Amino acid sequence: MRTNTLVILTPEGIRFTQRLAGPVTRFLAFAIDLAAITLVSGIFSQFLSLAAVVSPDFVLAARTICYFVVTVGYSMLLEWTWRGQTLGKRVLKIRVVDAEGFRLRPTQIVIRNLLRVIDLLPAFYAIGGVSCVLSPKYQRLGDIAANTIVIYTAPEKIPDLELLFSGTYNSLRSHAHLAAQLRKSISPDEARLALEAITRRAELEPNSRLDLFRQLAQHLRSIVSFPEDALEGMTDEQYVRNIVDLLYRPAPP
Amino acid sequence: MIVDLQQFIERERSIWEELDKVLTRIENQPIPLMTLEEVQRLHYLYERTGAGLMKISTFAAEPNLVRSLESLLTRAYAELQTGSSRNDNLSLRRWLFRTFPQTFRRHCRFFWMALLLTILGAFFGGAAVIFDPDAKVAIAPFPNLLQNPAERVKEEESKTNPMLATSKSRFSAMLITNNTKISILALALGVTWGIGTLILLFYNGVVLGAVIFDYVRAGQSVFLMGWLLPHGVIEIPAILIAGQAGLLLGQALIGWNSKENLAQRLRSVTGSLVILISGAALLLIWAGLVEAFFSQYHEPTLPYPFKIVFGLFEFAALLTFLMFAGRKAVPKFSGI
Repeated sequence: MRTNTLVILTPEGIRFTQRLAGPVTRFLAFAIDLAAITLVSGIFSQFLSLAAVVSPDFVLAARTICYFVVTVGYSMLLEWTWRGQTLGKRVLKIRVVDAEGFRLRPTQIVIRNLLRVIDLLPAFYAIGGVSCVLSPKYQRLGDIAANTIVIYTAPEKIPDLELLFSGTYNSLRSHAHLAAQLRKSISPDEARLALEAITRRAELEPNSRLDLFRQLAQHLRSIVSFPEDALEGMTDEQYVRNIVDLLYRPAPP
Repeated sequence: MIVDLQQFIERERSIWEELDKVLTRIENQPIPLMTLEEVQRLHYLYERTGAGLMKISTFAAEPNLVRSLESLLTRAYAELQTGSSRNDNLSLRRWLFRTFPQTFRRHCRFFWMALLLTILGAFFGGAAVIFDPDAKVAIAPFPNLLQNPAERVKEEESKTNPMLATSKSRFSAMLITNNTKISILALALGVTWGIGTLILLFYNGVVLGAVIFDYVRAGQSVFLMGWLLPHGVIEIPAILIAGQAGLLLGQALIGWNSKENLAQRLRSVTGSLVILISGAALLLIWAGLVEAFFSQYHEPTLPYPFKIVFGLFEFAALLTFLMFAGRKAVPKFSGI
């Protein structure tokens, strides 16, 4: 079945997922790498041309070898030293990893890059692109042979919920018995939805934001009904934020 | 029940930060080596973080937190599940004189297959030229091979080649890169379940056979041997080794007589593929240098018997290297 995530289930029973990078993102990364290869080859070529005074034959030979080595070796060297990333992949925040979650081995890097000659055929990454689109894990032929996949790099920073609620007064907190009832009645999915809406609210369009929080507040009111005086002057968004505060910070510092 | 997320983060943060620190240190080592205590600590941090992820995934998921923990766990899992040893240290000498010939011999049935395909192609190419002289136009990859062999030999032996005299290095570089590209293609075509590699090897054989039969029929066998042997005895086996790698990849994809799944089969051959193609590339560098600086000189500059003996000597050396290098000495039976 086609999916945009790689699910790894470990022998210890831990389950975690990685989001797979699609063909368009990967093609853009390749375009950046291609520009980098052209630039590096050009710099080497200019540098080598200084030796033309001594031996023009040597310069032409060195250019031929240099272009070949840069073309073949660029991705191999960077993916090895940057743990699965090239310049293009770094810019687009993607990374090559082993398809089963193991450490990426140098031999896998070599194979996936050597097989690029087939993926590039007949032009503009056609075979690789088709393979990527048809493969359940967005793998080009080189990835299939090397047993690798390309994933989005996840944010490394642990979020700080304290920042979401700092400097705000929660009038619902004075109704401890209703807060306890809310925590008992609400499902994890409903709580998760409310939390996600709060953490991602800045990304929403103004009208969508109003609409979303109106619907969420309406639904949350149906679970537990707080007294009118506690809700006075409170917008739907403030109401949802206060509910999330009650759920995720039962005892604030 | 919803977990107190903020309190949970405060409690577990030090564990996650320690795990991140340990992983960063390991990842920055080219060959990660850890003591038993360090491995045990890493495993503890990994399990604790995994338990934390399961807890928040069940009761309260904050997307960024989940992704951060998943990222940490992915890295930790990779390090814990992939062992390493001091044997991972690279030694060029050991690689060249043990690893490469041993790998070649371990998968030599694919080499024989590649050789057989090339020989079949050679006979096909020879037959095509003998029975249909016009076929030469379709088969010959270079214009100078279209010439009448006798005329070409006369021309080669009479001229002093000014182009060659001033561009030997460039010619050599061009040969090395071109042959290496063909070798990479022979390997890469293995991804078509080996069919592409078989076709490439057969086609190479057709070209080779057409040239050989054309020159032999014209009575130019000595020139042909003097011209082809010095570089061909290295270049042709190198292409065959690349073909061997392509067929090995094809077999891993097909999985005949194997109980392993595709990922396991590919995992078990990737090391051999890289060793074989690297060995082929090394041989092609030598072949390219010999072709540019030696093979292109003919009589009277270089006598053919000397070139032929040189080629045969190279062939014997290569054969000895591939067949015997890296073999363990068998201990003599000393009796009781």
